[in-house]
Amino acid sequence: MATKTTTPTGSARLDVRKTYKLYIGGAFPRSESGHSYVVNDAKGKFLANAALASRKDARDAVQAARKAFPGWSGRTAYNRAQIVYRIAEVMEDRRPQFVDAVRVSEGLNAARAGRVVDEAIDRLVWYAGWADKVTQVVGGANPVAGPFFNLSTPEPTGVVAVLAPQESSLLGLVSVVAPVIVTGNTAVVCSSADRPLPAVTFAEVLATSDVPGGVVNILTGTVGNTAPWLASHMDVNAIDLTGAAGDPEHAARLEEAAAENLKRVRRAPAAEPDWSLDPGTGRLTNFLEVKTVWHPVGL
Amino acid sequence: MTFDYAPAPESRAIVDIKGSYGLFVNGEFVDGSGTAFKTVNPATEEVLAEVAEASEADVDAAVRAARRAHSRVWSKMTGAERAKYLYRIARIIQERGREIAVLESIDNGKPIKESRDVDVPTAAAHFFYYAGWADKLEYSGYGTTSLGVAGQVIPWNFPLLMLAWKIAPALAAGNTVVLKPAETTPLTALLFAEICQQADLPPGVVNIVTGAGATGQAIVAHPDVDKVAFTGSTGVGRAIAKTVAGTDKRVTLELGGKAANIVFDDAPIDQAVEGIVNGIFFNQGHVCCAGSRLLVQESVADEVLERLKRRMGTLRVGDPLDKNTDVGAINSPMQLARIKELVEVGEAEGAGRWSAACDLPGQGFWFPPTLFTGVSQAHRIAREEIFGPVLSVLTFRTPTEAVEKANNTPYGLSAGIWTDKGSRILWMADQLRAGVVWANTFNKFDPTSPFGGYKESGYGREGGRHGLEAYLTAGER
Repeated sequence: MATKTTTPTGSARLDVRKTYKLYIGGAFPRSESGHSYVVNDAKGKFLANAALASRKDARDAVQAARKAFPGWSGRTAYNRAQIVYRIAEVMEDRRPQFVDAVRVSEGLNAARAGRVVDEAIDRLVWYAGWADKVTQVVGGANPVAGPFFNLSTPEPTGVVAVLAPQESSLLGLVSVVAPVIVTGNTAVVCSSADRPLPAVTFAEVLATSDVPGGVVNILTGTVGNTAPWLASHMDVNAIDLTGAAGDPEHAARLEEAAAENLKRVRRAPAAEPDWSLDPGTGRLTNFLEVKTVWHPVGL
Repeated sequence: MTFDYAPAPESRAIVDIKGSYGLFVNGEFVDGSGTAFKTVNPATEEVLAEVAEASEADVDAAVRAARRAHSRVWSKMTGAERAKYLYRIARIIQERGREIAVLESIDNGKPIKESRDVDVPTAAAHFFYYAGWADKLEYSGYGTTSLGVAGQVIPWNFPLLMLAWKIAPALAAGNTVVLKPAETTPLTALLFAEICQQADLPPGVVNIVTGAGATGQAIVAHPDVDKVAFTGSTGVGRAIAKTVAGTDKRVTLELGGKAANIVFDDAPIDQAVEGIVNGIFFNQGHVCCAGSRLLVQESVADEVLERLKRRMGTLRVGDPLDKNTDVGAINSPMQLARIKELVEVGEAEGAGRWSAACDLPGQGFWFPPTLFTGVSQAHRIAREEIFGPVLSVLTFRTPTEAVEKANNTPYGLSAGIWTDKGSRILWMADQLRAGVVWANTFNKFDPTSPFGGYKESGYGREGGRHGLEAYLTAGER
């Protein structure tokens, strides 16, 4: 997002451009492949170079997500709620930056981009509150016909690969990442390919919001470069194919690859949904496993 | 002084096995167009009946019947009326319980005391439980709209009970079904078809098509099936997940397991030994959630093993219809070959094999209750599902090590914990990546209690409110 400004003395100042990198294990590496790609704004004008994530980057991200899983899923729901709420706080603080990023990425006017950012922040607040409520909504005691204590509780599925939507670069991104992590999963996220910049800025927010490294890992680049490796990765437990909306053949191939280790699959919709609608609880419960514990009752 | 058991055979006069069976489509028995196959009594190798094989065209006819019944009758009926049909079915299963139990033991090889005391009453309970949901779906959290036609494929280890797990929630939610029983155990499903007739269930609501893998594949791949429910091996489950990829079909899979049954040094040893025996020898070990890996704390390993061996010596292996029998016949020669192969691998890999002395009948398919000691995590008998009466014994020192070993498997269906310390039970239960955790008990099932796996043991839950999710449009899987 190059801008020209003038110094107080009136001479032109050369702006310092930002390097957009990946976010893996809490760090911001370049792609190990050394590749980057050109990101244009909605009108086709050059914005920046972004890192083009490779197969190796995807594998590194899975490793980081797996490493982060025991700690993150072991935290109290209250603590996860606070951290997700904290993401919203930090985003609010950097609101102008996000408005700008959404404006240029999605070709919206400033007012509309502002509303999108507001919705994204509000969505995080909404999901934050779910951390310590979903267990009671989904789980419960089961009245078995015998002298047993019997309780079902939801637990996070594990490492979830998330193909973030291609069009909604921030609200869509937040809407698919928040429900995955708030319940204790860790995520490897493929950002929108053409509109990756809000995702990188979001990663910078995550890095400063008490979210432990590895809980969310963000890969920029094309879905074709990384998604097949995530879909077939034997240490990924689930995959959300939302970002493959509108490409049913690709989505079917990814679902087929995901079957190899019986990943839980959230299928791609026919077209990208309207992210401003009430999200419901589906994205939360997709990546939960119900565990049922029995114990005898007696003296 | 020892007491010998006198034979106490259950009479098979109560069952009337026909010479041949057709398919149950649209409320009637019809001929199949595939090649008929035989079902045998695994305890005697006696041929029980010829059963029709459903071809692709037969499956298509069944799906069309189910579709018609769904759109014209079953989805339009009030939940309260559907409930009454399900209550009727539950009652008929109870009334004909002895007959069903005997037939199940004859076709499957399981001891009559298990079919009589577990399979049949639990199957009836499932219908009774889900009957009550039919007119209360708005409280389920998954909406009130059925999916349509459910294609269901079930295994041979609990033939009628798995049928009940599949059909009861599907019908309660307003779906109609095409169900395929396993090719080695079709008879109780065909008896269930008669029960549907007795209950005056509208034609096409339940269709039973018999056959082997090709018939199952035809159901799974049929374009007008809205939902696939499968219980069986992880290999077939994987193939099903690939078949439905790219379709709108909803899927639930209940697959294999390699459960750890973990015994701590403070466990009540006699109870734990009963739990170990129940965990692996119940139903000849033909149980997806069987406790096939015993993890015993090193300090009590010798004592547990000694008492376990003594208890295994008292297990009565033999005639499934004898009321004193603890361990029945292996369901099929194919399964027996699979068990023998893995047991040979266990020996070849250096584990120590032990079985109590026991006389096995000369006819039929039998395998003695067996345990292996000196098993490491790398051994195939510690990694692969044997699906037979074979226990692999491993040891551990600390709770953390027990958790690591228990979770060191691509499966995640069930686990057992034996300890007197409450806080340790809860900590272990948290750490184990398995869908069902039995603490100080094992192999307990109830229609109100959700059952299903983590990881490669499949996805979705059967039983309880959660079991409705798979059959309603607002559910996720």
